[in-house]
Amino acid sequence: MGSHTVIPFGPQHPVLPEPVHLDLELEDEKVIRAIPSIGYVHRGLEKLVEKRQFTEYVYVAERICGICSFGHGWGYCKAVEGNMNIEVPPRARYLRTIWHELSRLHSHLLWLGLLADGMGFESLFMNAWRLREQILDIFEATTGGRVIFSVCKVGGVRRDIDNSTLRGISQKLLDMRAELKRVTDTFFEEPTAVSRLRGVGVLSREKAQDLCCVGPMARASGIPLDIRMVDTDGAYQDLNFQPCLSNDGDCYARCRVRVDELFTSIDLIRQAVEKIPEGDLSVPVKGNPAGEFFTRIEQPRGEALYYVKGNGTKYLDRMRVRTPTNINIPALVQTLQGCDFADVPMLILTIDPCISCTER
Amino acid sequence: MSYLHFARTILSSLFKKPATRNYPAVPRKYPEITRGKIVMNIENCIFCGMCMRKCPADAITVTRAQKKWEINPFSCIQCGCCVETCPKKCLSMQQQYTQPAPQKSEEVFYARVPDHPADSRNSKPAGK
Ligand code: SF4
Ligand code: SF4
Repeated sequence: MGSHTVIPFGPQHPVLPEPVHLDLELEDEKVIRAIPSIGYVHRGLEKLVEKRQFTEYVYVAERICGICSFGHGWGYCKAVEGNMNIEVPPRARYLRTIWHELSRLHSHLLWLGLLADGMGFESLFMNAWRLREQILDIFEATTGGRVIFSVCKVGGVRRDIDNSTLRGISQKLLDMRAELKRVTDTFFEEPTAVSRLRGVGVLSREKAQDLCCVGPMARASGIPLDIRMVDTDGAYQDLNFQPCLSNDGDCYARCRVRVDELFTSIDLIRQAVEKIPEGDLSVPVKGNPAGEFFTRIEQPRGEALYYVKGNGTKYLDRMRVRTPTNINIPALVQTLQGCDFADVPMLILTIDPCISCTER
Repeated sequence: MSYLHFARTILSSLFKKPATRNYPAVPRKYPEITRGKIVMNIENCIFCGMCMRKCPADAITVTRAQKKWEINPFSCIQCGCCVETCPKKCLSMQQQYTQPAPQKSEEVFYARVPDHPADSRNSKPAGK
């Protein structure tokens, strides 16, 4: 029987891109208990909804997080549009889908880089981020921003992408595929990488279900939960895709699911470019939101919920976001129990924590 | 599984051009629509204050009585909302970002009054 030691982990730690703190109770090298605490980057963005007109708040909503920024803007717009019964024109729906899937590519590539960095594989980290840079260039050329796009607005989108640019993007992604495959396969082929991932932090399907996991975390444990399958606001109904699943529930599976999603996203964007209809970009917004509305979208990290409550004025009463990381933290605490201390970084990284979203 | 999997990527990197740019010796080419910095053309401004009311970051202050328009470029989040809102189209977005500075400063513009000494006050940082 070894003695218990409590090791503080974070909020500043080399593997953590964002501030989360964990008190790890160790018995020798095994973690027996983990107590998470957050609260380092709370900015009160939900409260700000009372001070900004509902049409302008979308700029604030986008800034909830730098990685899933488009999704947050979209989620907020979707909630307000639902509240006001606004029908978004089809071209805007397709453009939103394309930007959202590009965001997923950029988010997952960022995460793969961080994972490689977490296991000390620096050249793989740089290769993942080199590929991500090409996606950021596409964003800058089509929206004017690299991480915050400001293209989504209540009622549609602000900018069009002309059809030749769309085809260019589609071609660029096709060209990227081979290189993307070579780089990402390293996670599954290279023995040093596999040994850090395989069999680490297994979360069974039942546990994942009990803890209400969302996103790649749930899909890696075999739960086919993907809000895109039931989405009616984007163009997903017209596109052909299957959620990426794995049954192993370990870090390797979570990595596999996210890598597979990269290719699914490329495929979705290519299909959307083929099918995108001509037409208006937005509809004029008349009146003010009143009453409550609640909606959800599939962010790169999983299902995110958006709630708005209007009072008939330009200012909303309440806006609430429930982010995927928030929901996945209990699963993280669960998988940390009984793991080796050296595996803690891998476990934290494979839930893809986004603390900025979680705290807002 | 093989240790050689990544070798191909490493080898090809040896012969490729670097993925990075030798900044600032090689300056970056921005796409046309990059949102870098707000530029003001004070000639057309009617001091209606629409930009101030819409700005989500409270970066703009318009004082109608003094015909004064000021922006805090370090608060501005480059959302482009003011550019879209301005009825006289006197605001525009420049591709170059706000330059780093040792001190946060404001940019102040006054309405131009020909032959008035106040004209020379334009775009001086506040408080100077
Ligand atoms: S909206 Fe345009 S015209 Fe009105 S105060 Fe602002 S810059 Fe001047
Ligand atoms: S770009 Fe946005 S944040 Fe900047 S001054 Fe204009 S409205 Fe305000």
